[in-house]
Amino acid sequence: MKITVSVFFLLLAGHFAASAQDINALVLKAKQKIDKVNDYEASGRMKTNVTFLKVPVANVKVYFKRPNKLKVKSEKGVSFIPKGAVSINVSSIIGTNDYTIIDAGTDKIGTTNVRVARLLPNDDNSDVVLSTVYIDEVNNLILKAKTTTRDNGSYELEMTYGKYAAYGLPDKIIFSFNTKDYKLPKGVTFDFDDGSKPAATEKSKNKKGRAEITFSSYTINKGVAESVFL
Amino acid sequence: MWNLLQIELYKISKRPRTYIAFAAISAIVGIFQFAFKADGQSYMNLILQSVQDSFELDKSKAINGYFMCYIILNTLLIQVPILVALVAGDAISGEANMGTLRLLLTKPISRVQIIGVKFAASVIYTLGLLVWMAIMALFLSLLIFGADDMLIFRVKGDESQILQITKDDIMWRYFAAFGYAAVALTVIAALALLLSVFAENSIGPIIATVCIVIVCTVISNINVPIIDNNVKPWLFTSYLVGWKGFFYIGTTEEGVPIKGSIENWPAIRNSLNILLAHIVILLGATMYIFKKKDILS
Repeated sequence: MKITVSVFFLLLAGHFAASAQDINALVLKAKQKIDKVNDYEASGRMKTNVTFLKVPVANVKVYFKRPNKLKVKSEKGVSFIPKGAVSINVSSIIGTNDYTIIDAGTDKIGTTNVRVARLLPNDDNSDVVLSTVYIDEVNNLILKAKTTTRDNGSYELEMTYGKYAAYGLPDKIIFSFNTKDYKLPKGVTFDFDDGSKPAATEKSKNKKGRAEITFSSYTINKGVAESVFL
Repeated sequence: MWNLLQIELYKISKRPRTYIAFAAISAIVGIFQFAFKADGQSYMNLILQSVQDSFELDKSKAINGYFMCYIILNTLLIQVPILVALVAGDAISGEANMGTLRLLLTKPISRVQIIGVKFAASVIYTLGLLVWMAIMALFLSLLIFGADDMLIFRVKGDESQILQITKDDIMWRYFAAFGYAAVALTVIAALALLLSVFAENSIGPIIATVCIVIVCTVISNINVPIIDNNVKPWLFTSYLVGWKGFFYIGTTEEGVPIKGSIENWPAIRNSLNILLAHIVILLGATMYIFKKKDILS
């Protein structure tokens, strides 16, 4: 009986060890894909969905340079760029090796089976408290990432891949973030009261913002000037 | 009739007080433009205080000629009724004060014609003020600050909103807004003209018009449900800011602005109709009272 129990626990421990190795290898494979990109310049269209913000779809350019420089610029006109936009880049989440990976099992995104890995930064002073990545283990691509930060709330990324999948660069990215309520004193604006009230559904919405970028093209590893990030 | 109008306009142009309004508008617009050129970022920081934590915005692009004009009109169109009253309130009472009213009525012109001409002259003066405001606040601002997309900060119900209008969708809104403002200010001119009939010096009707506008504006801005429902709809001042409706762009369900749209055109049309009704009633009353009046001065 004692031998049976010992063998069971040995097998269980072995299983967890193997699983931990798997997830480490999987994150490493996804990282290797992303590591092929030193810099890129991407063109896309950004749709912002925040309750208080009524802004048109903007043509944007996204610039990236390793290790974690990222800038989103509007091609023309005025644009509200989400501040946590640095998280739009997966490389900033798994780019460094300074984290501990925990296997969090499996999940499903759409019809794709994914492995879930939790990344705990080793640096106690890191702004990122926890990142959870959902990896498509067939293609070694990160389909979803959730990041909780110390000071800037939590972010969520959802990515859809297409012709730049070989570089781990998405065709479409949905970036969800926390927003604060926007309040403007009524006396300041002298508004025209046309009797209309905001839609009831808008009130019940939580304070989550969403930015959706659909990329049309990438220029990869052709160099990006430092001045872009200033 | 045309000759009468020319004479009336000549009289207005010869009065120094006529130019006070143009000077005041120039001064206010100039101060605004200087202040925003020097430190517009501080204003934007204040108004975007709670958004800045979540979003980055190129504020230098946001402070452009279109935005400046909106900010200036927001302030000025509340004060301009006072400037309109300066001239319209003097139309009849000024003649009475100088003792020329009886002389004027000895001419073969009907009293209705006299009121019609005085009113037309006041409207032309009002339009002149608006054109000057457009030149100073819109075109000069575009020259100084350039053109770009425009941000509108607005409170709708209990919610604050930021609307963005692309720069190729703005100019027609300004033309429409100035047209609306012309109707709104004509109500003030008609009110001042009516009060002018009762007085024998200009100060009384001018001050009375200003007081009525101030009191009604204050009441229009009190946010108490009983006043909102029962009093506000009857006050013309509730509709003076209706020009802003042209800048409240319609949006899709996802909150994306629809180019060339207005959120609530029926509300603007309703406001315009109410203002036009005010003009008809006030002008009609002026004509009726002036026709019946025993002119002693």
